[in-house]
Amino acid sequence: MARVGVFVCHCGENIARTVDCSSVAERASKLRDVVYSVDYKYMCSDPGQTLIKDAVKKYELTGVVIASCSPLMHEKTFRRAVSEAGLNPFLCEMANIREHCSWVHEDKEDATQKAFDLIRIMVEKVKRNHPLQPIRIPVTRRAMVIGGGVAGIQASLDIADGGRQVVLVEKSPSIGGHMAQLSETFPTLDCSQCILTPKMVSVNSHKNIKLYTYSEVESVEGYIGNFEVTIRKKARYVDDTKCTGCGICQQKCPMKKIPGEFNTGLGKRTAIYVPFPQAVPNIPVIDKENCTYFKTGKCKACEKFCDRKAIDFEQKDEFIKEKVGAIVVATGYDLYSIKKEQNFPTVKGYGEYGYGKYPDVINSLQFERLLSASGPTFGEVKRPSDGKTPETVVFIQCVGSRDDAKGISYCSKICCMYTAKHTMLYKHKVHNGKAFVFYMDIRSAGKNYDEFVRRAIEEDEAVYLRGRVSKIYQEGDKLIVKGADTLSGTQVEIAADLVVLATAMTAQSDIVPLAQKLGVGYDKYHFLSEAHPKLRPVETNSAGIFLAGACQAPKDIPEAVAQASAAASKVLGLCSSEELEREPYVATVNETTCAGCGFCITACPYQAIERKEIKNRNGEVLKTVASVNHGVCQGCGTCLSICRSKSIDLAGFTDEEVYAEIDAMFA
Amino acid sequence: MPEENINSKKEFQPAIAAFVCTWCTYTGADLAGTSRLKYEPNVRIMRLPCTGRIDYNLIVKALEKGADGVLVSGCHPNDCHYNAGNFHARRRFTIFRELLNFVGIDLRRVQFSWVSAAEGAKWADLINKFTSEIKELGPFTEYKKLSGVSFPIEEFDFSEETVEASEK
Repeated sequence: MARVGVFVCHCGENIARTVDCSSVAERASKLRDVVYSVDYKYMCSDPGQTLIKDAVKKYELTGVVIASCSPLMHEKTFRRAVSEAGLNPFLCEMANIREHCSWVHEDKEDATQKAFDLIRIMVEKVKRNHPLQPIRIPVTRRAMVIGGGVAGIQASLDIADGGRQVVLVEKSPSIGGHMAQLSETFPTLDCSQCILTPKMVSVNSHKNIKLYTYSEVESVEGYIGNFEVTIRKKARYVDDTKCTGCGICQQKCPMKKIPGEFNTGLGKRTAIYVPFPQAVPNIPVIDKENCTYFKTGKCKACEKFCDRKAIDFEQKDEFIKEKVGAIVVATGYDLYSIKKEQNFPTVKGYGEYGYGKYPDVINSLQFERLLSASGPTFGEVKRPSDGKTPETVVFIQCVGSRDDAKGISYCSKICCMYTAKHTMLYKHKVHNGKAFVFYMDIRSAGKNYDEFVRRAIEEDEAVYLRGRVSKIYQEGDKLIVKGADTLSGTQVEIAADLVVLATAMTAQSDIVPLAQKLGVGYDKYHFLSEAHPKLRPVETNSAGIFLAGACQAPKDIPEAVAQASAAASKVLGLCSSEELEREPYVATVNETTCAGCGFCITACPYQAIERKEIKNRNGEVLKTVASVNHGVCQGCGTCLSICRSKSIDLAGFTDEEVYAEIDAMFA
Repeated sequence: MPEENINSKKEFQPAIAAFVCTWCTYTGADLAGTSRLKYEPNVRIMRLPCTGRIDYNLIVKALEKGADGVLVSGCHPNDCHYNAGNFHARRRFTIFRELLNFVGIDLRRVQFSWVSAAEGAKWADLINKFTSEIKELGPFTEYKKLSGVSFPIEEFDFSEETVEASEK
């Protein structure tokens, strides 16, 4: 028979002012199976907890109900106390007579009656509670980082420095991401590659980091602590164990006019190429679509001249399985295109700015390549159409961002800052050039950010016009930019040599398949969803999978790096021991009554339920039932209510407990 | 049952059952408490991990066991702590209402709402509004009549004349 103890807390005056605690305790003592009932001023205090522990031992209690504050406040406290007294912590429940009773009702009789009702409900529940044990699952103490931009690089280094092995998977031929494409970074005007390449080299040489470039995640199996990821290592057609990075293949390749991705289409590369000189690893890749040998069967110049015999035209994609305990997603961002064809059906291009047909209307990343010393113009600002130095450059902020009409409502966060930077770098290179910026607002909220923008305006004489641009069109070799200056209330028309658009930061166009493989949610813009926007910004609702960088939301480099380190700390926490302990609120299937309909399998938001075959001794399958993976199950109970035969039950909120509570609700 | 309340006011005091999810509505109700907002004392809350856990048998049971009104409340769509539990609950509720309607139970007695962890005031308003609606509707007795649970057996006339008359 159950022996329940009831402990009614006064919480000083918080409860006692409205609820007659001693009469409630007295009435509770008369409830069936309650063997001890007491009230006390502060149950959570040391003497209060001692009172509980002593009662558990003295009266040999099999269940405890603490009538006090919200379980969300002190459930852990009281559960720890009863477990110290030798009672299973899951046999302790709380009746919320403070937040849900004394604090919200004025009439003392009503509040006292309600407090008693709430205690009666929890007494009936706790009598049916099971003594649960925390679930322990083994952990593979390795991590995977998907994406080799600055966020992925930082996360990998932090985890590797923390002593755990990391597998870094990057889909392009080199790590570095978009940060490697930048010329200088705000607000310090550090050379972007100069601060990034040492980290890239560290990644390549770190004993704890296994780097897979030109590789993608093919499939993900498993759950937290026990993921098995299949990586597709795409064929480079170059043997990375033999190549020394001498570069002769690129010199000899006859296909020299292919628009390069790294230079955003403004420069040319060869068919066998390394994306940029500082690439890590410095091993080229053959672009099959544009290679003469793959198209016509002739050439093979690279193979002829490679004295290490590293070229291998027969190479195939390789599939590699890696076991890891945690995954960090750091896949980065794409930029909004003003063209008519878009990656998202809800987004529209900018017909007003020419739908991308004017060669001198470029986006900010293209301008970065023009500014960059390793870019297609070796750092000289030359316009794409005729190579002349532009004397008047117009920068337009918020192209795509903050624009419901184009389908993007959010602010891209970085554009105000990099536009100010662009005006400064342009002025430093073209001394008598004039820079105009059309803006809606200036968002320069970081450390030293606002001072940086003021520098652009005051020292480098950038002209800031508050207004939007309604149209850009070509007239001769000039681009006519028609906009407004709302502060002076006038219309403005500028004849520009070059127009730079600060296009919106968007999610990667191909992120959805990866997100679905990982079971990570995403919003309508395809930015990956964090578990809680305020308090859990690097976790996702998929246990063991973390986020870092711009794949989660637009952000600048310091934020991406901070988030990467945060994700790394979560990973190190997860991998800190051989086993992981979780709360045991998990579902269990009654295999006798389960008909194997599979509704629960479809309903589970975490895909924690699988089909399981029940076999007899001869190995013949008797029936197929559902089976819950206790490592993945998060205890929501959706499976329970969808089960037609009620063959699945949820520990901590079993049907028996729940119906007992309903029975006890109204006397 | 209402008559057994310690406070025997002349006005009928409804008994209201609320099935709420831990992460949003329960936390929202906690916030109402922390903010010292005041609402009617008739509601008895049952905490569940997610509204997805709510099998509509629970609601039927609550009505059977003395509830005059039942509330189900969870996280806003897309905010479910467990991703999709509240969508399941919503879909089930839509079908359940059809069933309730068919059976003849006044749909105003069973309500579904979204209350997030930040909406303490919304919870308090919801309880106040719902309690006054149920007060107007009066005690829920139809279900008990159907199941014959709370009425003494003498009330049913099983004499042969009555049975034959009803069969014609």
